[in-house]
Amino acid sequence: MIQLEKRPEPSRAWAFATPLLAVLLTMLFGGMLFALLGKNPVETIRTIFLDPLFSEFAWYYRPQLLVKGAPLVLIAIGLSFGFRAGIWNIGAEGQYIVGAICGAGVGLAFYPMDLRLIFPLMVIAGAIGGTLWAMIPGLLRVKFGTNEILVSLMLVYVAEQLLASMALGTMRNPDGMGFPGSRNLAQYPSAANLELIAGSGMHWGVVAAFIAVIFAYITLSRHIFGFQVRLSGQGPRAAVFAGVNPNRMILICLGISGALAGMAGLFEVAGPAGQISIDFNVGYGFTAIIVAFLGRLHPIGILLAGGLMALTYIGGEIAQSNLGLPGAAIQLLQGMLLFFLLAVDLLTNYRIKFKTGEAV
Amino acid sequence: MDLSSINPILLLASLMVAATPILLAAIGELVVERAGVLNLGVEGMMITGAVCGFMVAVSTGSPWLGFIGAAVGGAILALLFGILTQVLLSNQVATGLALTLFGLGLSALMGQNYIGMKAPSFPDWHIPLFGDIPIIGPIVFQHDPMVYVGLILVAAAWWFLHKTRAGLVLRAVGENHDAAHALGYKVVRVRILAIMFGGACAGLGGAYLSLVRVPQWTEGMTAGAGWIALAIVVFAGWKPWRLVLGAYLFGGVTVLQLNLQAAGLAIPVEYLSMSPYLATIVVLVIMSAGRAPGSLGRIFHASR
Amino acid sequence: MSLISIQGLTKAYPGVVANKNVSFDIGRGEIHALLGENGAGKSTLVKAIYGLVKPDSGTMTLEGEPFTPAEPRAARAAGVAMVFQHFSLFDAMNVAENISLGMENPPPQNEIAEQVRKVSHQYGLPLDPDMIVGDLSAGERQRVEIIRCLLQSPKLLIMDEPTSVLTPQEVEILFQTLRKLAAEGTSILYISHKLEEIRALCDHATVLRLGQVVGECDPKTTSAREMAEMMVGMVLHVPARREKPLGDVALTLTNLTAPAPHQFGTALRGVTLEVRKGEIFGIGGVAGNGQDEMVAALSGEMRTQTDMVKIAGQPAGHLAPNARRAIGLCAAPEERNGHAAIPDMSLIENTALTATTRKNLANNGFVQWDKARDFAKEIIRTFDVRTPSERSTAGSLSGGNLQKFVIGREIMQDPDVLVVNQPTWGVDASAAAAIRQALLDLAAQGAAVVVISQDLDELMEVSDRFAALNDGKLSAPRDAATLTIEEIGLMLGGAHDLEVAQ
Repeated sequence: MIQLEKRPEPSRAWAFATPLLAVLLTMLFGGMLFALLGKNPVETIRTIFLDPLFSEFAWYYRPQLLVKGAPLVLIAIGLSFGFRAGIWNIGAEGQYIVGAICGAGVGLAFYPMDLRLIFPLMVIAGAIGGTLWAMIPGLLRVKFGTNEILVSLMLVYVAEQLLASMALGTMRNPDGMGFPGSRNLAQYPSAANLELIAGSGMHWGVVAAFIAVIFAYITLSRHIFGFQVRLSGQGPRAAVFAGVNPNRMILICLGISGALAGMAGLFEVAGPAGQISIDFNVGYGFTAIIVAFLGRLHPIGILLAGGLMALTYIGGEIAQSNLGLPGAAIQLLQGMLLFFLLAVDLLTNYRIKFKTGEAV
Repeated sequence: MDLSSINPILLLASLMVAATPILLAAIGELVVERAGVLNLGVEGMMITGAVCGFMVAVSTGSPWLGFIGAAVGGAILALLFGILTQVLLSNQVATGLALTLFGLGLSALMGQNYIGMKAPSFPDWHIPLFGDIPIIGPIVFQHDPMVYVGLILVAAAWWFLHKTRAGLVLRAVGENHDAAHALGYKVVRVRILAIMFGGACAGLGGAYLSLVRVPQWTEGMTAGAGWIALAIVVFAGWKPWRLVLGAYLFGGVTVLQLNLQAAGLAIPVEYLSMSPYLATIVVLVIMSAGRAPGSLGRIFHASR
Repeated sequence: MSLISIQGLTKAYPGVVANKNVSFDIGRGEIHALLGENGAGKSTLVKAIYGLVKPDSGTMTLEGEPFTPAEPRAARAAGVAMVFQHFSLFDAMNVAENISLGMENPPPQNEIAEQVRKVSHQYGLPLDPDMIVGDLSAGERQRVEIIRCLLQSPKLLIMDEPTSVLTPQEVEILFQTLRKLAAEGTSILYISHKLEEIRALCDHATVLRLGQVVGECDPKTTSAREMAEMMVGMVLHVPARREKPLGDVALTLTNLTAPAPHQFGTALRGVTLEVRKGEIFGIGGVAGNGQDEMVAALSGEMRTQTDMVKIAGQPAGHLAPNARRAIGLCAAPEERNGHAAIPDMSLIENTALTATTRKNLANNGFVQWDKARDFAKEIIRTFDVRTPSERSTAGSLSGGNLQKFVIGREIMQDPDVLVVNQPTWGVDASAAAAIRQALLDLAAQGAAVVVISQDLDELMEVSDRFAALNDGKLSAPRDAATLTIEEIGLMLGGAHDLEVAQ
């Protein structure tokens, strides 16, 4: 009979080891899955996890790592505040879309003016758009006690329809010969989120992601607000006793995650994606949830997890084109990773004991 | 625009059909939540049910076997959630989200060779006598059998929860798991069984989409139906009968907006397509009065 | 022949031996007391008899047959019933459903309702089977548990600290019921640390200390002092009181009124009181009569109209907790885990939980963790908190040690007004004595102290003035020195006075 025994304090060693263990288990079971699909498991795993970094074309893939990782890290950092405080914003995808729409809208409104101020304005508009979209579940929760999980998620579907309407209607490129999608912002210098160093993949979104990591690290470990966030999550009643205003906490946490997701959307639409189109969003807002948990809601962890997840995206694309691996297999692999992490997380807080007798 | 093209009898009849997948998934989730477990993976279980049901139905030619396959598929996925949250004590919110992401990936992978195929037909029943009543007949009594299975499940869930000993135990476990444990009830076992029932129901709901409502397999075809089912459980205040009201309300909005799209209303299609989700939000805001089960979402660990 | 016999029962948990070689017998129709401090191993022993815990070694026999219940169900089937101290009722369900859940082969609901009416009147504990349990008073909730047991006609009824939630009058009703049951042949295992109750009720007592039986006696012929010394193993330290002059008014409540914060909460109705510097004001009352709400309204977790609460003459009803701390009011709520402290956080973090304002632990919004650590160490040293390190989580401390830490954290912030709720609940006698002494010392240094407690002995020991909280209303304060226990009982009863059916 296996028994669980709560540890007096969480194990620090396991806190570091569990994400690695989860990755190893994912590789193992992922390999089995690939074998079932008729692929060589070792080769597939190598293609996904190593080729983006070390193959002969790595010079092309490595910058992609930053391009894919930045939005994931930026969104996940925002989400980590709320998740730590027990506020479940799972509609980051919607905030990402609305941020992109608002930011791009500002850029398109100035077209074809040449002004250095336009891009910063777009970033601000993106952050505001994301924040406002996140304020909807926030205010409904505060005013009416409505569940923020469901509202934020419903708003993803609303945002997707809004995006479709923008791409097909309001923001459609007047010179686009009727094709859906807006003007290409990447080709409009004042509004473009271009690479800062050519060929490095480094754009303003990457810079923002690194700043967010540092900001979050300092806030959570040193600042009283970070302490209050942790109090709210681990003991809501104690947090009120300590002087935290729970409603304000809900709004601030949703505001932070909305702002960062909105900015991530703007950086994407003005850079790598280039234009508002029906499907410019590729689910970063959802993958960021995995990133946040995989990084144990810790800023440095999120940075590493974002890199890992970007790796599976790029490696997955390589495996798709070189080995014919179905795209869905990568999605499944990512889901698996989160599952294994949640499963082995137990080891941090509990000891496993093998003994006979005593039914639980 | 031509509103006269909307036939009110057809509209009400298709409302029942539109509501059925949500109703099926929601009644399962309601039982799960009454047992004190919050499974946010309904969407993932639904889509897995949709693909399992479709695959079984296509390969056997029997929609009934398809529904059974969907229920089994949903229950297996739910069992995964059950083991993680009840045995390995993982966070229910995070695990539910993981289940949804995993289910979306799994279903896409399983269903890749089935895209574009057509499901075997699942004929409507024409219930004798009742089906012949003018107006009411076509609205209520001329549907495919799963519409009635959904309603029967709601009635059965109500009967189970309020009239049986096992239902009383299940509610006790959801209300206060420490007390239930102290009285000697098997909290983990009750919850895992409830979770599997929830998965089976979600699977049926998904299969209803792929076998009846659409009827074919496309990736991501549930399009948030699982989340709406979750919302309707809250709306219903965890009471089975109000679930029917919520599902039909939602079905009504869905069908109406589709009809308005077809009638060429001067509102862009996208805004009409948003309406079911907006309606769900509005309904959540107005009706968040119910009292959630006491132990909902809390981790149970039997210590000393 | 005895009904149940326990021989050499031993149960160890990692790090502690909860029961070591425990043996005793309970006769038919006997009321047997199990006496011991918190942590003496009473609960584990009882859980073994009820099938919740499997002993490592030792045997039990029931009516001469070996008795090894694998689960509570088996124990109930064998005729053992238990009334829990807490954790066994379902708030959102009605009385009949709650009772049905505790029975092995329950009849249909309507029959249960009928039986509940009958049996509850027969034993003088009237109950309405259709009431929702969450709406009942603490005394009524206990009746539900007792009736649940009685409907199964148990051979052995276990009662775990049953009187901690009752008024003296309710205790008397309960004792009558128990005597009646014993007279009918039911054996009762009565667990308590209240000596006078045991002397009044029980035929025989087994005393446990640190998991072992340290003595047996006939409580009717043994003095409370002798039993106390057996139980504690040393002579108890009685807190010393010093006569002191009272200072200015430090805390004023004027017609403090607030709605119930949640469905099963209590509204506060026009609470008025004045506490002076140097004074300890005791507030008694049965659980659920507004104690939590009162603490919340004082600490600032619940806001009221500005003038309803005045701290040192300054209107404070609208102020948030930290603003109240800044002008001198500290508080320690009842629930240690998750309210006064967070179990998964270290003692350093738990120090910063309330001490940031008064001890200047933050600089421009940045927490100075080294200062917090120093203060945590100071609390641990001054209040003799037993912990391996200040980095340990609060949850790893024993109840008594965590309570010393929580009370110490507030006292060492040197407040002008201190509000404590149940300062010694679930705390062993020596820690309880230390906490009471610390409260008396704080008052002697000139602070106003409000002690809310359900333990009347405690209140009589420390308070200068006393009032009772009943259904959110506070009685007129009385001088504690001149009060008798009967008068207190009447004050506590108030409008909640339960009719006696007989």
